[in-house]
Amino acid sequence: MSTRRFALFAGAISVAAIATPALAQGAVASQWRWLTFVVFGAIIAVTMYVTYLAAKRVKNVADFYAAGGGVSGLQNGWAIAGDYLSAASFLGIAGLISLYGYDGFMYSVGWLVAYITVLLVIAEPCRNIGKYTLSDILAYRNNQKAARIVGALSTITVSTFYLTAQMVGGGVLVKTLIGIDYEISVMAVGVLMLAYVLFGGMVATTWVQIIKAILLVTASILLVMLVWTPYGFSLPGFLTAVIGDAKVQGQVALLLGDAAKNMTPGELGQRFLEPGLLFKAPIDQISLGMALVFGTAGMPHILMRFFTVPTAQDARKSVIWAMAIIGGFYVLTLFLGMGAAMHVGAVNIKAIDAGGNMAGPLLAQYVGGGPDSMLGNLFLAFVAAVAFATIVAVVAGLVLAAASAMAHDLYVGVIREDHVSQQEQVRAARIATVIVGAMAITIGILAKGQNVAHLVALAFAVASSANFPCVLLTLFWKRCNTGGIVLGMVVGTLTAIGLVLVSPNITYPLAVKAAQEKVVAAETANLAKFNADLTAATEAPAQDKLKAAIAKSEKAKAAADARIKEIGNDRTSIMGLEKPLFDLRNPGLISIPLGFLAVILGSLLYRDKRSEDLWDELYVRQSTGLLLAKPVAH
Amino acid sequence: MVDTSQVDWKAIDSRPEFQELHRKKMGFLWGLMIFSLIYYFLLPIGAAYFQEVYKIKVWGPVNVGILFALSQFVVAWFLAFWYARRANAVFDPMAAEIVRDAEKRMGGTK
Repeated sequence: MSTRRFALFAGAISVAAIATPALAQGAVASQWRWLTFVVFGAIIAVTMYVTYLAAKRVKNVADFYAAGGGVSGLQNGWAIAGDYLSAASFLGIAGLISLYGYDGFMYSVGWLVAYITVLLVIAEPCRNIGKYTLSDILAYRNNQKAARIVGALSTITVSTFYLTAQMVGGGVLVKTLIGIDYEISVMAVGVLMLAYVLFGGMVATTWVQIIKAILLVTASILLVMLVWTPYGFSLPGFLTAVIGDAKVQGQVALLLGDAAKNMTPGELGQRFLEPGLLFKAPIDQISLGMALVFGTAGMPHILMRFFTVPTAQDARKSVIWAMAIIGGFYVLTLFLGMGAAMHVGAVNIKAIDAGGNMAGPLLAQYVGGGPDSMLGNLFLAFVAAVAFATIVAVVAGLVLAAASAMAHDLYVGVIREDHVSQQEQVRAARIATVIVGAMAITIGILAKGQNVAHLVALAFAVASSANFPCVLLTLFWKRCNTGGIVLGMVVGTLTAIGLVLVSPNITYPLAVKAAQEKVVAAETANLAKFNADLTAATEAPAQDKLKAAIAKSEKAKAAADARIKEIGNDRTSIMGLEKPLFDLRNPGLISIPLGFLAVILGSLLYRDKRSEDLWDELYVRQSTGLLLAKPVAH
Repeated sequence: MVDTSQVDWKAIDSRPEFQELHRKKMGFLWGLMIFSLIYYFLLPIGAAYFQEVYKIKVWGPVNVGILFALSQFVVAWFLAFWYARRANAVFDPMAAEIVRDAEKRMGGTK
């Protein structure tokens, strides 16, 4: 695509960015908002320049999907870390630690351990026999059309779930941080991402990931240094300060409720470092752990990264680097979350975002000198801009994965049966990118206000129950064939989605109504008490305090009333259920074994001579790298 | 697209060198994989059923639970490092030997 066209596009983006009106209130105070825009602008300018350079290098379809196989192990390691440290893991985990202490930290462990699976059984074999997509692996020794269709559908399904969560999360994040309208935020994310992918393909997407990952890690190291220095870099010293803080103790008391009545402040603080404040159902925890540990290896946008390096050795090296970066980052997150719990406090974190996503950014503001200082706001602006870059970069990787499934697998492989010229393939890839991008923006806007947190878990559930068993068994089990792949994909995907649809993740009107009625009753009691106190109160400060409390209670009661009215006479969830059929929030524990079973049964019941004939070829190639296509030199 | 028809895959598969690579690699890979899964799932299982153990303080406020969670990172890094060393020192040279030999048999077409 011509550089002139890119210049026009980039120009249009900058005009749109400058002209962005409609500013509401965000975490960044209005007099400091220009700082955020300066940092945003700088990051966008750098990534746009990189895209401009990349656009010149994207000449054929291998460049577009796989950066011509010319990415080094170290670069790919950073890019994998960039893909993985999405807003959900970077803002979300720091937030969970700041609100729930130990359980939040425990949650982060699974995200790293997942890479052991990727390293041991996925990265190198996939590099040795794959080309651009997940379906390339599935189609190697199975029926081309059938394998490509199920592989592409599953890739698009997983990517869409993840994409929706990122778009909605991104829109909310930008709105919360700087007060830009939700719709405009979503469009900004979508348009920027399109610019990267459309013009620079995998080359630009990789570099945007690398830049973003470096910024993210640098910002985190800096923050942790600032938070940890006062305690002489002593872990017990730092944690002693955390658990001695009244805000931390107050949060634990709030979480424990009645159980906290007889506990001393010291015990409450120590409780923050013990399990059980967030996760009450151990089976659910294990189920989620399974989805993470096996799902990462089945994520199409992660698999795709291994086609960008020249050899299996580089694929191995890239996972090792990614594990060092990702693991190091989660250890830093422990300090960020604990630091936020102590310095910012759960009450202030939840005031801006109930899920705790603002813990990291608010901590940055605190260590810079607080909400009224320029340095504090510069830090907040920087972290906010990095968060924005994170969302754009992760979305770019996901869109590329979905677009490659659409163009390379469905259009080129299935519809045109591989009789397509290079130029036409690149054009198909770009058209698919625009389609997926437009879809992402539309879904993002339509899903406004929806609770999408469980969509990330759902993406991992499908990846671990459908993609992972199929990829693993076609690589390592001789008798695996087309029948197994098709049945495995269908059963894995449908059970994962089906179990979530009847699980407690979905909204059940009766349960919501009951909870809201409780709120109304509690607030009515509060109001009666406050009003009585107000009549009794004689001093002005006490009266003001009570008036404020009354206003707050009335607001909460009105919100609950509105919610009850909204529900009206609804009794059932979208599946027509009054209560969940299935208690687990994470279906992995059941759907992953079912996925494996389906691949095995499907393979045994269906005879496919081609799959068995090609086994020797696949197995020798995946373990030795024989006949690995040499990357095209630039 | 690479032309794969010029190689006798069955012959390579049945060669003792390849069988040895297969045996060594699979034993090592699945051993590490199973160990890493067991070690990881002990964390949430322990957090649910052995809370009293997790609460034992060992280093100021730092308790067994925190050390166990931190050890997960160290163990994951160690396993990755161990695998990479083993692959570089043992599996790669074996695979390279098989590739060299196969390319020779193909009559230097590459």
